[in-house]
Amino acid sequence: MPDFLIYALISAFAIAIAAGPLGAFVVWQRLAYFGDTLAHGALLGVALGLFASINITLAITLCCLSLAAILLWLQRSPQLGDDSILGLLSHSALAAGLVSVSLMGNSVDLFSYLFGDLLTTGASDAALIVAVCTVVLSTICVFWRKLLLSVIDANLAKVEGIPVALMRALLLFAIAIVVAFAMRVVGVLLITAMLIVPAVASRRLTQSPESMAIGASIIGCIAVAIGMWTSYWYATPAGPSIVLAASGIFIMTLFKKRC
Amino acid sequence: MLKTSTTLVSPPTPLVQLDHVNLSFNGNNVLRDIHLKLHANEIVTVIGPNGAGKSSLVSLIIGLQSPSQGSITRKKNLRIGYMPQKLAIDPQLPLSTRRFLSLCGNQSALEHAIARLGIECLLKTPVQKLSGGEMQRVLLARAIMQNPELLVLDEPAQGVDVTGQAELYHLLGELRNELGCGVLMVSHDLHIVMAQTDQVLCLNKHVCCHGAPESVSQHPEYLQLFGRQAAKDIAIYTHNHDHQHDIHGDVIDQQSTQHHSHCTHNHPNS
Repeated sequence: MPDFLIYALISAFAIAIAAGPLGAFVVWQRLAYFGDTLAHGALLGVALGLFASINITLAITLCCLSLAAILLWLQRSPQLGDDSILGLLSHSALAAGLVSVSLMGNSVDLFSYLFGDLLTTGASDAALIVAVCTVVLSTICVFWRKLLLSVIDANLAKVEGIPVALMRALLLFAIAIVVAFAMRVVGVLLITAMLIVPAVASRRLTQSPESMAIGASIIGCIAVAIGMWTSYWYATPAGPSIVLAASGIFIMTLFKKRC
Repeated sequence: MLKTSTTLVSPPTPLVQLDHVNLSFNGNNVLRDIHLKLHANEIVTVIGPNGAGKSSLVSLIIGLQSPSQGSITRKKNLRIGYMPQKLAIDPQLPLSTRRFLSLCGNQSALEHAIARLGIECLLKTPVQKLSGGEMQRVLLARAIMQNPELLVLDEPAQGVDVTGQAELYHLLGELRNELGCGVLMVSHDLHIVMAQTDQVLCLNKHVCCHGAPESVSQHPEYLQLFGRQAAKDIAIYTHNHDHQHDIHGDVIDQQSTQHHSHCTHNHPNS
């Protein structure tokens, strides 16, 4: 197996494993649109990174974290609904990204950002992705009970002394970081699918929050394996192939009888 | 403002004390000049019509909301067991009742609460599928797992018939004795309250009147209506108002208010 394929596989598996539990939270908290917002913001990150000639991944990460912080800040205003805030942020970020990219001239290869450029992942990229995913996953594991209680009922959790606002911030920042790094794997357009599809497929097969989260990671890994195999043998784009495989698994779960 | 239980020798420090508490949203007065003390071993029932600010009062007491004016003093590290009206849990979250309960306490507290409320048969049911009455018992089990010093129940009698209410009140009375906790209960039923209630507080943006309920277990008509056991656990509260409210809940200025003398608090708007 060629080296580039090994690095691509390692990166994709790491992202799939981290996206499992986070995707479950995205589904439980109905944050799907947040993933899209981050993805649109990532494009702005690309433009800003090129403009300031800093590391693109770093620029994207900073951009996603800023978006999460703005979202948390705007959510304190009761007049604005979550979906309106996200719509506002998402499209403003997308527009700003497109304007910045056009100002840069035609030097940006948009296609690789929209659909991912997994096969160009090098050894250092793979190591970085694995490290980031490990940190995010460990954080989720440490705060699992508190995160889960905050999701079940925020008021009840607050009365019981859980720092709900902090847990929410932690979750949004974790998602922001994983989305920023997952962009290399599946691209801007399909990041939300990477979070949601394995989690939704796992929901149909599991009976507890923990098994749903782990199941989502496993389904994500299977999708990565199938998608990469297809990509290698039939020269399809890697990111979309992975998402398509995950959707295929979801469709298969539809045939399982609900218990 | 409220007198404390007479059975206690020295005046104990209240678990929660509200002084001159006002709450308003965008200039709308929701609660006005509330004074309230909650003590251990004391049961307080807050009654009032819809929109009277009962749920806001609960939010203030359990600390989900801060008052616009006035002060709320809580006992240090007060353990509150809170039973909300209902939980809205996303159906995408696979959560059995047992897992839901085990998230918030150790194994022995869990087993004790399960046995105490008799919810063994519900443990495998997903929490989203529990009926109203079942959810109520599960939430109560969860509340007592915290070994609370103050038990706060938001509309526990909602959607439950009189017999079910009486059973719940009976259970709450027992739990109060077992845990020695204070109980604050909110009810929209303006007349039927828990028999063991020490204080009834009639709320309509301000405290309209307060007092102890009347036992109904001696009235043959009630015995016939509710049954002997139920009549022991519920009581009738007789209101003692000296003012009327308009449809928005604001106090109407009336000549007749001068004839009464038992309501001494001020109505700034009247």
